Amino acid sequence: MRAALFVTCVNDALYPRTGIAVVRLLERLGVEVDFPAAQSCCGQPQYNTGYRRESEPLLRRTAEAFAGYDHVVTPSGSCAAMIREQYPRIGRKAAEEGRGSTLAALADDLVPRVRELTEFLVDVLGVTDVGAYFPHTVTYHPSCHGLRSLGLGDRPRRLLAAVKGLELVELPGAAECCGFGGTFALKNPDVSAAMGADKIRAARATGAEVLCGADNSCLAHLDGTLRRAGEPLRTLHLAEILAATEEEPLR
Amino acid sequence: MTGTDLGMPAFPPFPEAAREAVHDEVLRANLRHATHTIRDKRARAVAELDDWDRLRAAGKAIKDHTLRHLDRYLLQLEAAVTAAGGTVHWAVDADEANRIVTGLVLATGEREVVKVKSMATQETGLNEALEAAGIAAYETDLAELIVQLGHDRPSHILVPAIHRNRGEIRDLFRSEMGRWGRPAPEDLGDDPRELAEAARLHLREKFLRAKVAVSGANFMVAETGTMVVLESEGNGRMCLTLPETLISVVGIEKVVPTFRDLEVFLQTLPRSSTAERMNPYTTMWTGTGTGTGTGEGDGPTAFHLVLLDNGRTDTLADEVGRQALRCIRCSACLNVCPVYERAGGHAYGSVYPGPIGAVLSPQLRGTANPIDATLPYASTLCGACYEVCPVAIDIPEILVHLRERVVQGGPVTREGVRVRIRPAHGHTAERAAMRAARLLLDRPGALRAGERLLSRARRLRPQRLPGPGRAWTDTRALPDVPAESFRDWWARERKAPQK
Repeated sequence: MRAALFVTCVNDALYPRTGIAVVRLLERLGVEVDFPAAQSCCGQPQYNTGYRRESEPLLRRTAEAFAGYDHVVTPSGSCAAMIREQYPRIGRKAAEEGRGSTLAALADDLVPRVRELTEFLVDVLGVTDVGAYFPHTVTYHPSCHGLRSLGLGDRPRRLLAAVKGLELVELPGAAECCGFGGTFALKNPDVSAAMGADKIRAARATGAEVLCGADNSCLAHLDGTLRRAGEPLRTLHLAEILAATEEEPLR
Repeated sequence: MTGTDLGMPAFPPFPEAAREAVHDEVLRANLRHATHTIRDKRARAVAELDDWDRLRAAGKAIKDHTLRHLDRYLLQLEAAVTAAGGTVHWAVDADEANRIVTGLVLATGEREVVKVKSMATQETGLNEALEAAGIAAYETDLAELIVQLGHDRPSHILVPAIHRNRGEIRDLFRSEMGRWGRPAPEDLGDDPRELAEAARLHLREKFLRAKVAVSGANFMVAETGTMVVLESEGNGRMCLTLPETLISVVGIEKVVPTFRDLEVFLQTLPRSSTAERMNPYTTMWTGTGTGTGTGEGDGPTAFHLVLLDNGRTDTLADEVGRQALRCIRCSACLNVCPVYERAGGHAYGSVYPGPIGAVLSPQLRGTANPIDATLPYASTLCGACYEVCPVAIDIPEILVHLRERVVQGGPVTREGVRVRIRPAHGHTAERAAMRAARLLLDRPGALRAGERLLSRARRLRPQRLPGPGRAWTDTRALPDVPAESFRDWWARERKAPQK
């Protein structure tokens, strides 16, 4: 099976190790991974801040970069949700504004082929035990767009529970937002920080060594809060845990 | 009319108001305790029904259908209310509604009214208008009474005094009740039963004396002209049955076509709002009770219905925003909202706080003033509000839609006229940044060059950023910049040179 990796702009620039982990994980599971270099950003920052027209060229770019791939896999619930929920709306609005149906057609063509990493693993590859090894205590924060927009459900936790050596502890109030929210973190920094602090308090109370998530933008907010506070708790993207094996443990 | 008035003076932008609330430890604790308690109870009450999703879809469908034919159902309602002995008045805005109610009260010769908890009269600022005309309005809902005694503002749709704890309420009762009527006992404690008893005795006097009552309504049935009020205390029923004259101020979106439609909402509203399986006090009345206006039988002998527009017709004209008019004011969205929990209701600068307020206020009032231009951003778009909404209002979708209106302007309807509004002030730098980011992101070559520059300069990365970046680094460290980007790793690893 062949799949294209949509690594996302945040992972490309700041968290390449997450992208590398996805490549290693998928190749280990027998998937041939491609990285179309024409990809960049899904356009979510622009769209969610109110600059819909600025997100249109990025919709076009994303759709064209992944044209022809049966499977597009992304290690971000938020970017997957942007494509699945908002691309059709962007296309529809452009058509309503008399600017043709090209964007709508591109969106319709792309949307059914895009899957968040855990969806791809569980629904397409049909695996929950990916042969990973990670001998640590882990708690999982399901980011909002993965949880509510995509409906990832217990896929991430099932994948984690099957990891050898891993002890999964439940995060109290897991479904509550961490307070990142894209430009919300800058526009409402006080509320954002208060939410982040509460999330970290909950994670720390579990006694876990690792706070795992499936969206690095949320983790950047939580990790930044942890490091500023000098907390030993470590954040890790789910893909990096799933990529770790006894032969090639996570450094 | 000079813009729709939601009964509130000028307010600071949301982030400023929220900043104060976030650092108020007592408020944070009160809100956290209260919202989590109601939130958890609601989740249990909803989980009991295996057809919740269908009830939710039905509620949405009924409301959408009604809104699509609102003109027809309102005229049908008017005819039915009139036939049952009531009088219907139409108010285009808050001022007109207040003028009508004030005139009706003055015509009775009375100078005091008892009030049933009502969002519509909060929205119009009726109490202040009545006061200006020399009429005393007594709130009889326990929480509204607490707010009124404290010269305070409501901070929640369902539990307006959610920001107050028991000790604060006891102090208020002891110091303020005597000025309004029967005083609280000198030795009043903070036990809920004691507090409720003090309020009961204080209010009982008012109920027995009042000749005029003012209410809102949760639903109005077009086919029968029946008004429906849901409440938990029975104080509302006292107001709705004892006085001679009853005046109800109701938003035009509260109409439902048939009596049978109530079947859906009488299941979804109680479970969503108070987490009750069945609402404790559901009062329904049709006209003057006897249907002939003769005054025989129970209830008020005069009934006036004031139908309030106040920006609703304009909101109805917006294809994305109109779904906010489905709202049945249950406040489930407030109770699950992580931003509301920390910012509190007052930060929203409106009688409608929380997620629903963030989409209603900027539509009813417009996006011109600082609070309304910042409300669409008072959300992380986490979607918890949409998930619990019993009429499936996609609040995140409306928020993003309104953000676009704030930063880009665009077509809106104001007082029935389609106009194009200009972008709000203060977004020039942001607009430029968004455009620059898009230009960079739309050129992978430039993006790659930028990433390499960032990697080369990684050791120069500051601990704290100046300007707008401070909002991040005040409380958060910046991420480490990697030695190479993913695309460079891929190119190197796969030996496939990139364009």
